[in-house]
Amino acid sequence: MDVLDMALQVLIWAVEIVAVVLPLALAVAYTTYAERRIIGWMQVRQGCNRVGPWGLFQPLADGLKMFMKETIIPARSNKFLFVAAPVMSLMPAFLAYAVVPFGETSLFGFWDEPHVMAIADLNVGVLYVMAISSLGIYGILMAGWASNSKYALIGAIRAVSQMISYEIAMGFSIVCVLILAGSLSLTDIVHAQNGGILHWYFIPLFPMFIVYFISGAAETNRSPFDLPEGEAELVAGFFVEYSGMWFAVFALAEYAAMILIALMTSILFMGGWNPPFEFLSFIPGTVWLLMKTSFFIFVFIWFRATFPRYRYDQLMRLGWKVFLPLAMAWVAVVGIFTYTPVLSDFIGFWQPWR
Amino acid sequence: MLETAFFYLFGGLAVFAALGVILSANTMYSAMWLILCFFNASGLFFLLDAEFLGIVLILVYVGAVMVLFMFVVMMLEVNKAQKREGWLNYLPVGGMVALILFIELIAASTSGIFSTGNMAMASHMGAEVNNTVEIGKVLYTEYLLGFEIAAIILLVALIGAIVLTLRERKDAKYQNISKQVQVRKEDRLRKVSM
Repeated sequence: MDVLDMALQVLIWAVEIVAVVLPLALAVAYTTYAERRIIGWMQVRQGCNRVGPWGLFQPLADGLKMFMKETIIPARSNKFLFVAAPVMSLMPAFLAYAVVPFGETSLFGFWDEPHVMAIADLNVGVLYVMAISSLGIYGILMAGWASNSKYALIGAIRAVSQMISYEIAMGFSIVCVLILAGSLSLTDIVHAQNGGILHWYFIPLFPMFIVYFISGAAETNRSPFDLPEGEAELVAGFFVEYSGMWFAVFALAEYAAMILIALMTSILFMGGWNPPFEFLSFIPGTVWLLMKTSFFIFVFIWFRATFPRYRYDQLMRLGWKVFLPLAMAWVAVVGIFTYTPVLSDFIGFWQPWR
Repeated sequence: MLETAFFYLFGGLAVFAALGVILSANTMYSAMWLILCFFNASGLFFLLDAEFLGIVLILVYVGAVMVLFMFVVMMLEVNKAQKREGWLNYLPVGGMVALILFIELIAASTSGIFSTGNMAMASHMGAEVNNTVEIGKVLYTEYLLGFEIAAIILLVALIGAIVLTLRERKDAKYQNISKQVQVRKEDRLRKVSM
């Protein structure tokens, strides 16, 4: 590999990264817009509709406003970690997208066989997403500790214990998917769900699908699990001392993590870029994936408009006493089905590796 | 060539971060340095084509163990001056441990086991060789007993930790969900004829 090849490779990587990060940043901005409009309608009011047609420029105006605001750094805070914390929470949220496959393309017949549209098609993709998205905790932890404020500290402690608790149930629900797909690669998991809606994993793993999605809501501190920022008791939780752009960075990280959970739910349980029926395959796979993702983002917003906030002991009980045993039992059920002679014919329908 | 460069990058940063862990005065900073150290160690695993181990190192150590470490550190009010005093008392024991480790490392590295000929310097396998599958094949067949024993030990530790922290408080009021759900109108409401 000479220098020219390397330069070309680096250029391709740069283009790929920009092609993922730029739409992602836009998607985050417009998710906030969608959230405000949808919650507005659900609460029988208009939502933001002033800036531009139907209020479509509202996210841009918000961004500009945040950018112009002064960033206040508390005098008694740990300055370095205070400034580093938002970056540390944003970085993993974006890094996790490196392995997410957005579909397959042959580039209009340029390649003979379809290539996977991912920055890196890692063969331990699922583990990578889990590992990297769990790093977002550090940003929150640092923000809470460096702020030198009791509200921020309590918010951070809540966030950490919540994320640690729900990660376990999430991991076990993913294990069920891995047993069925027989691979850790996200691309292989989608390929294992080829062939219409009956092959999708939400059918054999319906309880795990629910566990994964709700744990995802808890993992990203979304309502009704938004105790780390519960404004009724903690003002704003771990980012109470942040203002201006640094505050916006936390919001950005949270929404990026939420979109990631929606994407992962579509990939792991809803067939990824596969169309539900064969006759609908004229619609490109990426459109299917993004449609499913948008639906799950809508469900997240729907949750927020519907459910009141959990109490902290209820939250912990749900994670440890309901989801964890259920997920572990389901792993056992799937495992027993896989290796018992008669039952394995039944579950073999979803296991292409047989 | 590139691989060697990356090896020195990861290795150097790991050593640098490890120095940061022991040299920084702030415990929080030490924990952060340790996280950087783990990341670089996982980078070294990746260079050895052991991507499963690399990811698991991040997932377990950075994603869970260090979070709990920091959780504890956050609660401590560590006084810098207090921490420094009395280090002479620990010097003999600590120095001895360091010396033994140093001698062991030197002995191991000069014994010839790590010379190029003896090391399993397999050339890089193709992408079709799946590290995770290979580990699974050996772990669940050849080393099943060891794996099960480790699992039992972890389970015992888990239950032990739960038992140690479990304490029933007599003065606290607990919620009985099924009782609450099953409550009927007659239990709470009484009609009084006036």
